[in-house]
Amino acid sequence: MARFLIVRISLIMVTLLAVSIAIFSLIELLPGDAAALMLGQQSTPDSLRNLQEQMGLDRPPHIRYLEWIGGALRGDLGVSAKSPDISISSVIGERLRNSALLAVSAFVIAVPLGLAMGVWVGSRADTKIDRFLSMGGLVTISLPEFVTGVVMILVLSTMLGWLPSSSIMMPGESIIGNPQVLIMPILTVTGALFAYIFRMARANVIEVMESNYVRTAVLKGLPMRTVMVRHVMPNALLPTITVIANNVGWLFGGLIIIENLFAYPGMGGELINSIKTQDIPMLQSTAMVIAAVYAFSNLAADLTYGLLNPRVRLS
Amino acid sequence: MAAADHTAARDVSASANPLLRFASSARSALTLILRTTTGRVGFTIVMVHLTLAVIGPWITPYTPTDFHLDDRFSAPTAAYWLGTDEFGRDVLSRVLAGARSIIWIATVGTVLGVTLGTIVGVTSGYAGGKIDQIIMRIVDWLLAIPSLLLAILVINMATQRFSGVDDSWIIIGIIGISFMPNNSRVIRSATLAVKPLEFVESARLRGEPTPYIMFREILPNVLPVVAVEAAIRISFALLLTAGLGFLGLGVQEPTPDWGLMVAENAKHLSTVPLSALAPGFAMASLVVGINLLADGIRQAQNIPETGDSR
Repeated sequence: MARFLIVRISLIMVTLLAVSIAIFSLIELLPGDAAALMLGQQSTPDSLRNLQEQMGLDRPPHIRYLEWIGGALRGDLGVSAKSPDISISSVIGERLRNSALLAVSAFVIAVPLGLAMGVWVGSRADTKIDRFLSMGGLVTISLPEFVTGVVMILVLSTMLGWLPSSSIMMPGESIIGNPQVLIMPILTVTGALFAYIFRMARANVIEVMESNYVRTAVLKGLPMRTVMVRHVMPNALLPTITVIANNVGWLFGGLIIIENLFAYPGMGGELINSIKTQDIPMLQSTAMVIAAVYAFSNLAADLTYGLLNPRVRLS
Repeated sequence: MAAADHTAARDVSASANPLLRFASSARSALTLILRTTTGRVGFTIVMVHLTLAVIGPWITPYTPTDFHLDDRFSAPTAAYWLGTDEFGRDVLSRVLAGARSIIWIATVGTVLGVTLGTIVGVTSGYAGGKIDQIIMRIVDWLLAIPSLLLAILVINMATQRFSGVDDSWIIIGIIGISFMPNNSRVIRSATLAVKPLEFVESARLRGEPTPYIMFREILPNVLPVVAVEAAIRISFALLLTAGLGFLGLGVQEPTPDWGLMVAENAKHLSTVPLSALAPGFAMASLVVGINLLADGIRQAQNIPETGDSR
């Protein structure tokens, strides 16, 4: 296990190095540099040169890249282009906590519920309730997050007035202190994730139910409950978990959209904000941190899979 | 995905022209799809959308971009069936006009992505060895960035660098790039399944050039996989296009775009809810239709649900 971890973590490091070069190049390709974008229309040759010197943009790209990466490894991502008083590391730290809160809550709700419902429905394949629920699941997966979100705002906030329509926080307020702003974003993320997991679990349960070993187990007279728990579930849930793990990227995409819909102060919101204000240093680091979190959640998913799968665990 | 090597293709494999063979297998696939309930419902929804997208520009009651400043925030009336938005633009006209651009972008983007993926996948799978390893490592790296993040970064660069280029082509390019890695993996494994077969071997022994073997011998045999892959990807392409539109990074104002309309009009939910709900419903029903159709394809061809990532 330790060897596996070391290999995987060094692979992630190589990947992240490639990703960081990709992100840096995509931003380097922008016409004009961070200073020009900041000054915009008011830019004069003199003011531009001053700001470039002040931001260190007069140095060649590879030096700036190394400085950025070096700083990132020490936990210092520099300052925002909007103001030298805004430390990118502290902004990202806070946004990351908020996003994690959202993602983890959705995961903790959606995964067990989705798996349980998938097993329950999968063992009743082709009944009326199965057809109804799996059709419902397909429709739920198809709904874009911003459509479910808008309908939720309309019903729970505009019509019933139960919840605030956005998660904007006043300076000094924290998400933890205002749990009511969390409810709609969590519900929106959970909805699609739950339907997706449910459909995957159902498909895998149906496949396993048709296997010879399950038929043998049923025919030798084992009670249905035992067949489900001992034979169907271990074999059906493993591939389901792999699929969930492989789709962490989907969750990330959904989070970016949902955070923007609810003006939720997370990484996705910050990413779009920094694009709209063309805050290049912030954009670069936000993108990099999202990519890094993505890489490590993929690793976590692989580890979970390894822990659950005896074939991997024992080899 | 090997299950996609379905019987329909085998029946007509005697026909020499690969295009005819493909058209024929597509027709028999459609017959199979229409036999399932989900397939029928999905097909109907998609057809309604396609029809509206084609005739939409002729049946819009108003010019979609026209301001009617006296009728701002109008509720649904006889004049404006779905009401108006903050500039008094007719919501129905804008929803109808929006269909064409999103369907066009998502379809062409998917075709581009699947074409790139097929070229890369067939090359990688057929070449094998070092080339295969290098290509697949690059694919791994592309997959290491979540596709929406990659799309956002590329679009931010491309819209500023190529400001003369039409937005929709930039988005099409982005869909193509972000679909290529996943597609090429699927096509590569289909190629690996075909590669050891006898007709490939005999073409090699005849001394046919490598491109001929790749695109005249192998490609026709992985086309069913390519077709299924494209059908399933289209809904992801629609969601990506709409998502970018919603984030304000897609087609720009004043061109009507469903995602952007939802984002803009969500601010006025308490006064004119329909202006955000109508494009949202249009978007949702289109993706539901396509997913039902894709589910019909899966059922008809007995392909297990793989849960490809978006």
